[in-house]
Amino acid sequence: MPPAPAKRIRLASTSDIVNARRAAQAMLEAAGMRQIRITRFSTAISEIARNTVTHGGGGMMELAHEAFDGRRWLTATFTDSGAGIADIEQAMSDGFSTAKSLGLGLGGAKRLADAFEIESTPQGTTVKLACRLT
Amino acid sequence: MSRHGADRGAPILALGRNLVVSIRDDLDDQAIVELQDRLTEEISRRRAEGVIIDVSRLDVVDTFAGRMIGALAKMSRILDARTVVVGVRPAVAMTLVELGMTLGEVETALNLDRALEILAGSKSR
Repeated sequence: MPPAPAKRIRLASTSDIVNARRAAQAMLEAAGMRQIRITRFSTAISEIARNTVTHGGGGMMELAHEAFDGRRWLTATFTDSGAGIADIEQAMSDGFSTAKSLGLGLGGAKRLADAFEIESTPQGTTVKLACRLT
Repeated sequence: MSRHGADRGAPILALGRNLVVSIRDDLDDQAIVELQDRLTEEISRRRAEGVIIDVSRLDVVDTFAGRMIGALAKMSRILDARTVVVGVRPAVAMTLVELGMTLGEVETALNLDRALEILAGSKSR
């Protein structure tokens, strides 16, 4: 079976967060994943998509099927051109927040995803989440 | 007052002195904030004693939605109504704990019947 093509979702306002997690849910359902894994990964997507909209000034999410480490994955890559995160380690810790949230988003998303990468410069932030399919 | 489109995805029903909100859709942030407004208004208008929030249709409750549910319970308490959340799915419960959101200040019940029992019990005391 050929993998589904990559899907790009624009993240301009908070209403786009629902589109982002629905797109991921649909792709994981199509891949035959169990509900608990679908809920975990779509919740992680919801957290990062909200960061992209509220801290990154909006951006994009790309969902893609990838193969690495001898496994197949669904990856979600978030990019924005916001001011970036000055101290990533601090931002990842529970309780840290620059806006009006409890600051559980980044650290929580990392725990819910099977793989997590973040890169941030003053020109923008890229976060990549991955859900193991096989 | 026009309610056009206002309760899309989350109708508020009156059941005796209680209000039942069934969150049907995957609500976006704006819809959650609107629900807070509508619900607090209804609690005050109907002098509701209890609020039951049914989340059994939701398979994603993120930190934003979790915080909003917590805030809703606090607002209700100030308006002298007690809030019970029903129907949290197992996958959602596990995910909320991993997010560090324990919804500690919110009462939960397995289903609507149990929630009504809890609320009836608090009134007789």
